Amino acid sequence: MTQIKTMATKTTPLLEVKGVTLTFKGIAALTDVGFSVEKGRIVSLIGPNGAGKTSILNCISGRYTPDSGEIYLDGQDMLRLPAHKRTGLGLSRTFQNIALFKGLSVLDNLMVGRHHLIHYGLLSSILYHGRAVADEAAHRRRVEDVIDFLGLSPYRHQAAGHLPYGVQKRVELGRALAAEPKLILLDEPMAGMNLEETEDMARYILDICEEWGATVLLIEHDMGVVMDISDKIVVLDFGSVLAQGRPDEISANQDVIAAYLGTEDATFIGR
Amino acid sequence: MHGKCGLFFESYRAEAAVFQTGFQRTCLGLFVALLLVCPLVLDSYLVSVLNLMCIAVIGAVSLNLLTGVCGQISLGHGAFIGVGAYAAAQATLHGVPFLAALLLGGGAAALVGMFFGVPSLRLKGIYLAIATLAAQLILEYVFLHWESVTGGSRGLMVDPPQLFGFAFDNERKMFYLLLAVAACALMVVTNVMRTRHGRAFVSIRDFYLSAEIAGVNLFGYKLAAFGLSSFLAGVAGGLWAHYTMFISAEQFNITLSISYLAMIIIGGLGSVVGSVMGAVFMTLLPEVLTASTRSLTGIFPDIGSQLVALREGVFGLVLMLFLIFEPEGLANRWRLIKAYWKLYPFAH
Repeated sequence: MTQIKTMATKTTPLLEVKGVTLTFKGIAALTDVGFSVEKGRIVSLIGPNGAGKTSILNCISGRYTPDSGEIYLDGQDMLRLPAHKRTGLGLSRTFQNIALFKGLSVLDNLMVGRHHLIHYGLLSSILYHGRAVADEAAHRRRVEDVIDFLGLSPYRHQAAGHLPYGVQKRVELGRALAAEPKLILLDEPMAGMNLEETEDMARYILDICEEWGATVLLIEHDMGVVMDISDKIVVLDFGSVLAQGRPDEISANQDVIAAYLGTEDATFIGR
Repeated sequence: MHGKCGLFFESYRAEAAVFQTGFQRTCLGLFVALLLVCPLVLDSYLVSVLNLMCIAVIGAVSLNLLTGVCGQISLGHGAFIGVGAYAAAQATLHGVPFLAALLLGGGAAALVGMFFGVPSLRLKGIYLAIATLAAQLILEYVFLHWESVTGGSRGLMVDPPQLFGFAFDNERKMFYLLLAVAACALMVVTNVMRTRHGRAFVSIRDFYLSAEIAGVNLFGYKLAAFGLSSFLAGVAGGLWAHYTMFISAEQFNITLSISYLAMIIIGGLGSVVGSVMGAVFMTLLPEVLTASTRSLTGIFPDIGSQLVALREGVFGLVLMLFLIFEPEGLANRWRLIKAYWKLYPFAH
């Protein structure tokens, strides 16, 4: 626990999760979960299946409302806001299973990602006049930056539902990035990808952090990637925080090894 | 698939245009010119079919905005059209000018539609369909029993529309009015679909969880879809009331709601062109069947009565065959035909 304190003094936390408890009809999904994500860092959430990783993401993004606890983004109380207003504070996320708008083109998917930044009214929409025309072009320009960054230009006008799996994963990352988030929550961005695609995705995540200035909270099962790119790792087990710290500390932590890999044969994690 | 070979855009604005090439604009111009000439050469019965088509187009495109684009199934659309019809009729009876009455009819339908759209916060798909079915039944009851406003089972007489002292008192004059309003309705829906509101509607239809994360207020946009769609439906109703000059509760029953649903499914969900095609198809099909049974009765006078009975069955059969062989709707077929000719004669 001393480790967290020293990190907290070094950088300001962008996201603070304090004592979050979530139960479903009496069954505890999360118990007193607390951690912080420092600005400009890549923080990974790991843990066995059912540990509550996605549940904590859902609490942050507003899908679930925790029974108790506090969540702050940049000092703002997130739990007071409905899900669609949290985007405006600089939060965006991707989902574990692809959650694209299948009928919209890649371009329009990314434009929906910017929905909270586009403000013209319904009348302007109906007449396609004034602010609607100017704003559409201006936001299109920003979306094109994301398209360039993720190499999506060949698919720009194709319906998202018809694209290959790896590309759909990239489009979803693009949609989250188009929102210009301060904090981006990625729920298993490498799931189901081959080695090459995984390496590409890891590079994108590093670039999002370094070039796009977004802080990343990542759930991932690929330990190689997690150990390589994370600044900090939070380990969940049975709905509570088992350990948190730098990758080298986590890979040496006996509790983590026991929980994650069973009590024997722990060589894998330090790979 | 986007645009033809050699078509390049120099601005995002040019790419966002509805009709991107000169060829498309020429075709549209010729089509409109053809439509404008129609009433001058066709007899008044055929013009009346065209008029009904125009009204059906407005109704279909409005339902397509709600069901096809936003994914909220409505079985109450016929009743929303009825609300517009009664409201607009009452407004002109009280001396309100026609255009204002039309907008009032739309506004009344929008309010009622939004009220009955409130359950969409909790209900999805087939459950929402049942909730809107309740709206249909409640409104039908109101049409029948609020006699001071609707005339109850006796119906309501309405005067033909008047614009700036000009009376649209025959089929031909009426056609130009209906065509103009239908064109406006199509433009409204097209514009909404290519801007942030339309994208938000589709995002709710395709994946509401991600839509919420993107900052779309689900309830607000669902209500907006109900409101906008019902507004256009109310306008269609107002036009219908002033066109037929008599409205009664039976006109706005569940059959009307279902036939509008059939139009957008046959035409193509979520497509403006599909709405038009579906409306045209569903208006033409009974006419074509009637005409063909009439001519067949001339040839086989002995089985004339059976042929008339057969007509209803054939109507259902044609609809069923369409759903089996064109499940994506007429709009998709139209897209495929265009794609084929774009590359002709080199199909690959």
